[in-house]
Amino acid sequence: MNVQRVGLRAVRRVAAKPSNVFPKVLAASLMQFRPAATTTLPPSEAEAQLAAQRLKRPLAPHLSIYKYDQTWFGASAWQRITGGILSCGLYGYSLIYLVAPLAGIHVESASLAAFVATLPAVVKGGIKFGLAWPFTFHSFNGVRHLVMDSGFAFSKKAIFVGGWGVWGMSLVTALGLVALY
Amino acid sequence: MAALRASAGRVLASVPRASRPTIMLARSMASMSEPTPSESPKMKTFQVYRWDPATPDAKPRMQNYTLDLNKTGPMILDALIRIKNEIDPTLTFRRSCREGICGSCAMNIDGQNNLACLCRIPAAGASDVKIYPLPHTFTVKDLVPDLTLFYQQYKSIKPYLQRDTPALDGKEYLQSKADRKKLDGLYECILCACCSTSCPSYWWNSEEYLGPAVLLQSYRWLIDSRDEKKAERKAALDNSMSLYRCHTILNCTRACPKGLNPGKAIAELKKMLSF
Repeated sequence: MNVQRVGLRAVRRVAAKPSNVFPKVLAASLMQFRPAATTTLPPSEAEAQLAAQRLKRPLAPHLSIYKYDQTWFGASAWQRITGGILSCGLYGYSLIYLVAPLAGIHVESASLAAFVATLPAVVKGGIKFGLAWPFTFHSFNGVRHLVMDSGFAFSKKAIFVGGWGVWGMSLVTALGLVALY
Repeated sequence: MAALRASAGRVLASVPRASRPTIMLARSMASMSEPTPSESPKMKTFQVYRWDPATPDAKPRMQNYTLDLNKTGPMILDALIRIKNEIDPTLTFRRSCREGICGSCAMNIDGQNNLACLCRIPAAGASDVKIYPLPHTFTVKDLVPDLTLFYQQYKSIKPYLQRDTPALDGKEYLQSKADRKKLDGLYECILCACCSTSCPSYWWNSEEYLGPAVLLQSYRWLIDSRDEKKAERKAALDNSMSLYRCHTILNCTRACPKGLNPGKAIAELKKMLSF
């Protein structure tokens, strides 16, 4: 206990006693003043009040306020999204390819190539980029996840460099693939 | 000469005694000292999340407080304490040690979970500081989150030494220096919940997924050479939810105000369970 505080306590004790030496005003100024009014509740009622309060507690904001690079641009979330795009694309195309002869549509390579050749360059590039980027992102980030699952690259710097590195490399290589073919 | 020296000594000795109360007062007031007039005010606005259980149907809102940084301590917690003391005593937040050892003042500051006492106030002129409670927790009041579930999950992993064989010398369980070293970076965790509440996976699955802080503690007891319930501890984690909801997002490692690495601990746990 602090020496000053012991002294203050003694003064307060004296002030609390009715005395002519200590005027009432001085005594009041030394006493603690609590502006909040409190009421005593029996335990059962207090529990009920707490339960009623819990029902109405708001959920603290999360996705809307957390740093966007760790939520909306988190590489892990995009790993799942690009994986979904790739597998949906593969399964979707395969199923269409399977039923195409029955439905009378042509999705063989030759007719697809002929169809794409009729499209303007921007659309062609867009489609190619839409297929290439999920592939490059999923590949690079997949390697990163393999490295991390082996217990490496967990320093803050490695997380930062790895996360943005995957974004940069995947975009550059996807553009490269679009330009190449 | 001797007499002179004695009297001089008496005079000198009496000086500190007389001035002692003044010195003590000056020291205790140092943190609240007024700025020198030449300093121009450095104003900073803090936007703070408010919700009052006394009016539970009112929506949570943001309240702005503007402080002069010249009169405020360097940390976010200093600013919050000053707001509470001087502007608005109804502002509610948890705090205790003010030096990053108790973990009470964990909150979301400018979109990043951190301890308010370890987070510097950004320089004046930059944008407002936004302060929210820990994300996706139920708010008790203002910046105070309900961490009941978090503590229950911590309890569920039995965070204590479990052992049947008595100590060899009958006194203490000995450990090699190398084994002791394995606990470094794990035992320092103060359970502030910054990491767990930064994890989107924990946001969506907190009922079943243990979250980074509790998993770091699981790992801490699993690699303790003195603990003898490794099989039971592993079995408790070996299901689809407790551990494997971790998708290596690594917000936990980026959030930890103590510089620990929950992400790495979870990776080691996964390895431990697979091999």
